[in-house]
Amino acid sequence: MNPLRKFDFQAIVACIITFAVFQTLIATELIGPFWELNMVLICINVILSVSLNLINGYTGQFSIGHAGFMAVGAYISAIITVKLGMSFPLGILVATVAAGILGFLIGLPTLRLNGDYLAIATLGLGEIIRICILNIDYVGGASGLMGIPRLTTFASAFWIMIFVIFFIKNFKNSAHGRCCLSIRENEIAADTMGINTTKYKVMAFTLGASFAGTAGALFSHYFFLAHPATFTFMRSFDILTMVVLGGLGSMTGAITGAVLLTFISAWLSDYPEWRMIIYAATLIVLMLHRPQGLFGSTELSLKMFGLGGKDDGRIAEGR
Amino acid sequence: MAELLKVDDISMVFGGLRAVSNLTMHIDEGELIGMIGPNGAGKTTAFNMITGVYTPTEGDIYFNGQKSSGKKSYQVAQMGMSRTFQNIRLFSELPVIDNVKIAYNMHVSYNLADAIVRDKKYLQEEDLITQKSLDLLKIFHMEDKAYEMAKNLPYGQQRRLEIARALATEPKLLLLDEPAAGMNPQETKELMEMIRWIRDEFKLSVLLIEHDMNLVMGVCERIYVLEYGCLIAEGNPEEIKHNKRVIEAYLGEEVIS
Amino acid sequence: MESFLSQFFQQLINGISLGSIYALIALGYTMIYGIIKLINFAHGDIYMLGAYFGFFTTTQLRLSFIPAIILAMVCAALTGIIIERVAYKPMRNAPRIAILITAIGVSFFLEYTMILLVSPQPRTFPAVFTPVVYKIGSLVVNSQQIVILASAVILMAVLTFIVNKTKVGKAMRAVSFDTDAARLMGINIDRVISTTFALGSALAAAGGVLVGVYYNSIDPLMGMMPGLKAFVAAVLGGIGIIPGAMMGGLILGVVEAMISGFISSTLRDAAAFGILILILLYKPSGLLGKNIREKV
Repeated sequence: MNPLRKFDFQAIVACIITFAVFQTLIATELIGPFWELNMVLICINVILSVSLNLINGYTGQFSIGHAGFMAVGAYISAIITVKLGMSFPLGILVATVAAGILGFLIGLPTLRLNGDYLAIATLGLGEIIRICILNIDYVGGASGLMGIPRLTTFASAFWIMIFVIFFIKNFKNSAHGRCCLSIRENEIAADTMGINTTKYKVMAFTLGASFAGTAGALFSHYFFLAHPATFTFMRSFDILTMVVLGGLGSMTGAITGAVLLTFISAWLSDYPEWRMIIYAATLIVLMLHRPQGLFGSTELSLKMFGLGGKDDGRIAEGR
Repeated sequence: MAELLKVDDISMVFGGLRAVSNLTMHIDEGELIGMIGPNGAGKTTAFNMITGVYTPTEGDIYFNGQKSSGKKSYQVAQMGMSRTFQNIRLFSELPVIDNVKIAYNMHVSYNLADAIVRDKKYLQEEDLITQKSLDLLKIFHMEDKAYEMAKNLPYGQQRRLEIARALATEPKLLLLDEPAAGMNPQETKELMEMIRWIRDEFKLSVLLIEHDMNLVMGVCERIYVLEYGCLIAEGNPEEIKHNKRVIEAYLGEEVIS
Repeated sequence: MESFLSQFFQQLINGISLGSIYALIALGYTMIYGIIKLINFAHGDIYMLGAYFGFFTTTQLRLSFIPAIILAMVCAALTGIIIERVAYKPMRNAPRIAILITAIGVSFFLEYTMILLVSPQPRTFPAVFTPVVYKIGSLVVNSQQIVILASAVILMAVLTFIVNKTKVGKAMRAVSFDTDAARLMGINIDRVISTTFALGSALAAAGGVLVGVYYNSIDPLMGMMPGLKAFVAAVLGGIGIIPGAMMGGLILGVVEAMISGFISSTLRDAAAFGILILILLYKPSGLLGKNIREKV
């Protein structure tokens, strides 16, 4: 068997085992509702952070409007299930595609900008999306869209997360992914290698946006509602913190960042005002002392732990 | 021999400054051409126009019979021109081999879906790209450094990696912008020999920029000399060596009189 | 038609007072960007801190308007200097993105620390003037608007004087033109950067106090939106260009007032970002800026 295939096969086996363990723990109620909720939240946050990492970490395009695409996914899926009475899988699919289309439309003009300007433009667009939603009465305006059934389960969130991780991992290790990396490294040189940099920037942005839409769909169907206040710049900042904490450009970093920060905010759920202070302080200290994040752009692998190691790391290892 | 590149009366004006003025030149298939001139003569600007980084404000450029001026630099690269940079521009945070693999990008035929499901087409092509990249690195004696970060290579190897990367796009014309900058005379001599060897081995044409006249004399078949953005001489090394205007440009008028 | 015109001029007056506050904040953005190429995300929060300093100086110290605003400006200037020293100075040679993330971090840190310290509830800013309403035909101008406009004009005049006529201003311009060359000429870069942060923060604080006076209400998250919008104003005028920031602020204020007056006040915020996207796409160097491209 080809070593790449073999690795994927082993990783999937590891995922099945991990899933079986957690599913059993939930079924036997060894994991209570509070931690079950947080596990679903981890899955959603991992989707968000690995998809943002595709844009910010791999392609080097600094986007801080991810919450906007998440909002689109949350609302579109809710319209499909609640307003049109269609099935949840269709809702997820349409949410993903819709967020992707929006990402494409937004990415095409804005990705001409670079660095700071792109950051501000994406921030602005994220806010515009939210303000537009706020003004649409059909989806509840400022009071949000309520009465969404809880259709997201741990199983669906987990397997969709695994799908997204595999998708992005395989993308990164393809010619397309390498084009994205080359843009991050040196855009002018990438250009002279015959790489249509705009195309690959838009591709990464569109894919990242679609998965944010997927995460949004899972989110609104777990927490019963889609509310504009959920998708402010603060949410984008949350996702950014996860990616940066783990290390921009590292898949395992993005996963670890999402897991860690979800735990931290679960522990701090009784002191919400401290949560943001700690996030902010973490970011500042991290940038001052280890700007490359916990892992830098390298991937965590089993070799780093000898035989031990965690499943998340194994899933996303370099190959 | 067939004409590969035709530069037809191009000029580049930045604001009020004419960086290059009415430059006309041509390169045939298999030729090794030098472009020399003192610092600030407009060599790099001419290079940037040929490779599509700038669009000439006047005049046209034709490559292989097709108009290339006005195209974006990635399109120019896809037509078969590849270049290196005066100030090295590697993908420095990536492994050496990935630098080369990236340059093979335009010869990849599998699509996004093939890559995501990792089908046979993807696996075969990836193997092929890896093999080709390793072969290319071997030519430049860097196969043992394939998995090191490009930024960790010593200076001379970074320069060579840049040439290897340019070759990986499988160009018909290779443009080298001061490849010997920062090298000592011995390294420079080896480099010049290597360039000639590359031309023969890969069957391509080479355009070489240097500001040090002596370096190009030994290796180039024809030489263009620029000064203050204007072409002041053209010919084989022997002609250039004895051209009065070239000597003036390089040594100053008083030497002549 | 007549009602349209009077509505138009009324919104113009409102827009100019709002715009002059944006301009005050935008000046800080533009100066800091000009010197160290940093989008100081925390700048909007300095404005918020300024409003709180003004609140405490008027309520606790019972100062009148002018001493209160000056004290608030001094406190904010010190805060600005401290933030630069602690968070930005060690990052001078770090990648741009790392500095940007730090700035976002500082912004959230200030906002949520204030929430912790003074509670998230809005405070009522004391009335420092007896509000007088002047009527010119059908137009209404109140004393707060006049104070805002007068203060903004005075502060901008002072800033223009400092930047153009004083030694420190000359040093600032030199550093923003070429930091390395300025250092070689014996200019103390650190001191110039500190001065820039001090001046920018003081202006933002003045904006904060004026907003408190105008709307009578302040809260710890009040800096977020105006901060972003002032950035839009700075980009609109051409970032790094001082007259550009003033112009951008006024344009933005007027456009926003027109949109809330004639279309809908909820779309006001979207308009600001819409302007930002348009300007970035069509003239990223801003109305008064020149285009520069990377040298290959």
